[in-house]
Order: sequence, then structure tokens, then C-alpha cells
Amino acid sequence: METIIILLVGVLVSTATYLLLSKNLIRVVLGTAILSHAIHLLLMTMGGLKMGSVPILGDQVDTYTDALPQALILTAIVISFAVTAFFLVLVYRTYQSTGSDNLYELKGPQDE
Amino acid sequence: MNNVLVFPMIVPILAAMLLLFFRSNTAVQRWGSVGAMTVVFGTSVWILQQVMLHGILRLDFGEWLPPFGITFVADSFAMLLVTVSSLVTVLCLVYAAFAKDEKRESFFMYPFALLLAAGVNGSFLTGDLFNLFVCFEVMLLASYVLMTLGGEKKQLTEGIKYILINILSSWLFLLGIAYLYGTLGTLNMAHLSVRIAEAGQPPLLTTISMLFLVVFSLKAGLVLYFWLPGSYSTLPAAISALFAALLTKVGVYALFRTFTLLFYHEPSLTHKVIGYMAAATMIGGSIGALAHRDVRKIASYNVVIAIGFILVGLASFNIEAIQGSIYYLIHDILIKGLLFLLVGTIIHLTGKTRFDQESGLIANYPLFGWLFFIMILSLGGIPPFSGFAGKLFIGEGAIGAGHYGLTAIAFLSSLFVLYSLLRVFLIMFWGESSILSKNQIPLSKGMLAPLVALGIITTGLGLGMDYLSPYVSEAAHVLMNPDVYIEGALHNE
Repeated sequence: METIIILLVGVLVSTATYLLLSKNLIRVVLGTAILSHAIHLLLMTMGGLKMGSVPILGDQVDTYTDALPQALILTAIVISFAVTAFFLVLVYRTYQSTGSDNLYELKGPQDE
Repeated sequence: MNNVLVFPMIVPILAAMLLLFFRSNTAVQRWGSVGAMTVVFGTSVWILQQVMLHGILRLDFGEWLPPFGITFVADSFAMLLVTVSSLVTVLCLVYAAFAKDEKRESFFMYPFALLLAAGVNGSFLTGDLFNLFVCFEVMLLASYVLMTLGGEKKQLTEGIKYILINILSSWLFLLGIAYLYGTLGTLNMAHLSVRIAEAGQPPLLTTISMLFLVVFSLKAGLVLYFWLPGSYSTLPAAISALFAALLTKVGVYALFRTFTLLFYHEPSLTHKVIGYMAAATMIGGSIGALAHRDVRKIASYNVVIAIGFILVGLASFNIEAIQGSIYYLIHDILIKGLLFLLVGTIIHLTGKTRFDQESGLIANYPLFGWLFFIMILSLGGIPPFSGFAGKLFIGEGAIGAGHYGLTAIAFLSSLFVLYSLLRVFLIMFWGESSILSKNQIPLSKGMLAPLVALGIITTGLGLGMDYLSPYVSEAAHVLMNPDVYIEGALHNE
């Protein structure tokens, strides 16, 4: 199971890299969002997927699933949500003020 | 008593939340934020004294003992940086209060500056790698807002690059955390150190350490500084001073922590790479500082050179060099704040950004001109100012470690620092005055006050180095002996 997820992470990371390298700003934003998902998935897989039961002390169970990676990705998801939202708004604002969403046209200022 | 450790992070956050309700009242915004950071500064001085008296202090949130809970760990290295950065934040905020940029002020500039300070202090204090990531994000999100606040076209286009590169490095940081958790099963820094020492840092862990090196280098501007000059030179004075003083230094702090506490078993590989990167940074920064005529660009490349110089100390990895780096880090936080405030003030007074378009400013603003001169001397490491001790110790340490080439590059880069700014000084401040005294924009006392204060502090630190040295040697001692940190962060109550 872990192997499949890791392969999926690989696919997501390569997609994200492809998008990040494109000229279009919206694709770049989507690239960062997909990269964040890939890494969340990796973080969860690193703790081992469902090795035991719910991490609550009980009588019958003796192996527990590690709850920490889930707490970590929950935090990371919130952060990635905030960052992506901010980045999207910024890209839209830049589009409004410069009239372009092409990274090559947003190169450094010409006045130097 | 240890609860006080959370103050440097929680006070700015609470103050920022309160200030959100006083949007229309700029006086409350200005002096409320200055007051909050003054409280933080006072508290951190007190904590620093306590750390010197009682050793490393630790706060376990919710009574969850380490390595299970999240902890704040205050050793003297972290507390020195918290103290100095809070001091610089206070002075930058005072400057901003007198600069009266009402458009930005009414759009929550002060609350975000406070959140930035909270993130910076949290990053210095945390004892947990994931919490470090979270504090980085608090700091970065505040910096994204400050970066683009005002919405000028140039700010937006530079802001996109700045934000993109930081988002990317944040996710790489998380990737490193995931790998580290997968291999070692813990994220508490002291506990990680113990487990890495037990495993003897096999090649797998060294590879992960390289990932962290890339991430923190992006944040600190070590070799990967391509985003820095453009973005720092679009900001108003007070904010650019905050950025230059604090943001890259957090990356440097993280590099020092990871490569002295966690990955210190293979210095022949990791620290050698850091050495090469430091050399490349200083060379690239020096070229940049000479190539540009825009004073803000020159100042930004000086930030880059200093980062390279501080990391020479880490690359040499002996007690003198680490001491030198700590001296220089403290000095650099203060002096980069001063440099950017001065450069911002020049632009405020003349409206010109290129240094060859103005001359004779010293006739119009004598005190201001002399402050600029003092700043140059201090930046170049001339005694009796505060840059001298750092340069001396780093040089001694680097020669002791046998890095002669690196030492030569480091000291040559200081000459380039001096040259790049003396050129600005000679052309802008000397010569025929180009502003008639009746047309001259008055420089308010309030704006001059924080500059003078920083000038006095850099001179005072240089002359009173003896008072600082016990703190710095204690900090270097903890950095060079991970056992001391582990004892404080993991075991002792």
C-alpha cells in the first residue's frame, strides 16, 4: 500500500514541477497547490499507513496507528490553504494592475 | 516561571489582534505596536538573564513532556537573537510611526509587522522542527502581506517572485520534515539530535541534511539569493529595514541549529559544502554591490555578503568561529536595520534612488551624513564599532580550521562592502550641495531618533564588547556541545 502511495506522490510531484515551470501564473499557483498535496500525502505515508487500530487506550487492542502525521498534515493543510488563497488573490491583483498573467512579461523593471 | 518563554511570541500576536479593532485610529496603531514590542524586548532581556543564571529554560505546552509535546527552548543563542531582533523591531516601528505612511498604516501595516515579529521570535525559541515550520509560515505570511501592501506595480511583480520562491522552499522544508520523521520517528530537535548521534549519521541522513541545507539557504539567501535584491528594494524604508534585519537571519539561525545540533557528524561533507556556498555568496554579493547604481540594490547585496560572511563561521566549525558568527549575527541584525533605514531616508529626502543623481547631502543634513559614515565603518568591521569583534573571531576561527582561501575571500568581501558604500557616501554626501536650503525637505527629529539610537548601539556594542562576551561564549558553548542543549531541552525540569 505504501509503495502505491509513494508512486502517486511521485506522479503528483512531477505534475507540480511541470506546472511550476510554465509561463502562465495560474498554472504556477496550481503547481504549488499540487506540490503541497503531494507532500502532505508523503508526510502521512511516512508514519506508516494504518498499522493498528485507533490510538485510544482500550482492552483488546495492542497496536495503534501513529496519530502524529495526521496532526501534522492537518496543520500543514491549513497553512497551504491560507498560502494558496493569498497567492491566488495576489495573482489576480497583479493581473488587474499589469494586464498580464504571463511570467515572462512580468520580468524586472525596464528603467534600469 | 517558565511560562514567560511564550511572551516573545504571544504578546505581539495579542497586540496585533487588538490593533485590528483600531483601524481608523493611527495613533493607537503606532504607539500600541511600539509599546507591545518594548514589552517583548524587556521580557527577553529578563529571560536572557535567567538563562545565564539557571541554564537552558524550557516550556512544555500543556504539560506534555518532551519528546512528545511541543516545547519552547530558550538557550542563550536563541535569547540573544530574540532580544536583538525585538530591539530592532521597536526602532523600526518608531521610525515608521514618524514616517507617517498613512496609506499603508490604515491597511494594517502595524499588526502585520507585529505578526512578523511573533513568527521570528517563535522560530528562534521553538524546540521542535515542525513547530519551526509553523513559525516560519507565520513569519512568511506576514511578510507576504507587508511585501505587497500598497499595491504598486513593481511591488506586485517582485512580490510574486518572492512569494513563489518562499512557498516552494516551505514545501521542500515539509518534505525534509517528512523524511526525517519517516527515518527517525521524532521531530523534537533535542531528541532528533540524540537519535542521529545513535545512528552515527548514515548517508541517508546526510542526504536529508542536504535538503535542509537547500531549504534554509533559500530562506537565508545563501547562494540562492536571486530573489532577494529585487524584492527588498521595492519596499518602504521601515519595512525593508525589518525584512533585511530579521528575515534572512531566521534562515541563518535555522542553518546554525540544524548543522550544530543535528547534522554535525559529517563536517567533512556538510560543512565543506557550506564553506563553498559561503564563498560563492560573498563573491556574487560583492559583484552585485559594485554593479548597481541604485542605492537600495547596493544595500540588498550587502545583506547577501553578510550572510556569506556569517556562514564562514559555521563552515569553520570551531569555538572561535562560532563565537565570531554570533557576534557578527547580532551586529548584522542591528546594522542592516540601520543601513536600510538610512537608505530609505535618503530616498524619502531626495526622491532619487541612484547615487549619481545627488550630491552634497552632508551640507543639508550633517548629523544624518555622519550617521551614514559611522554605519559604513561599522559595516566594514572597523574598530571601535560592533562589526570588528565578529570579523576578528571569524577570521581567527577560519584560519584555525585551515580555510585560508575562505578567509581571504571573506576579508576581501569586507573591502568590497566598504568600497560599495564609501562610493555612495563620497558621491551623495560630499561635493557641491544640489539642494538649496530653502527647498530642503526637513528631516523630522522623530525619524532621526531611531537612526541615532542604532548608531549609538553599534558604537556602544563595539566599545562595550566585554559586557556582551559572557553571553556570546555561553551561546557558542551550547552550540558546540549538543549535549548541553539536549540536557536542557529533554531532561532537566
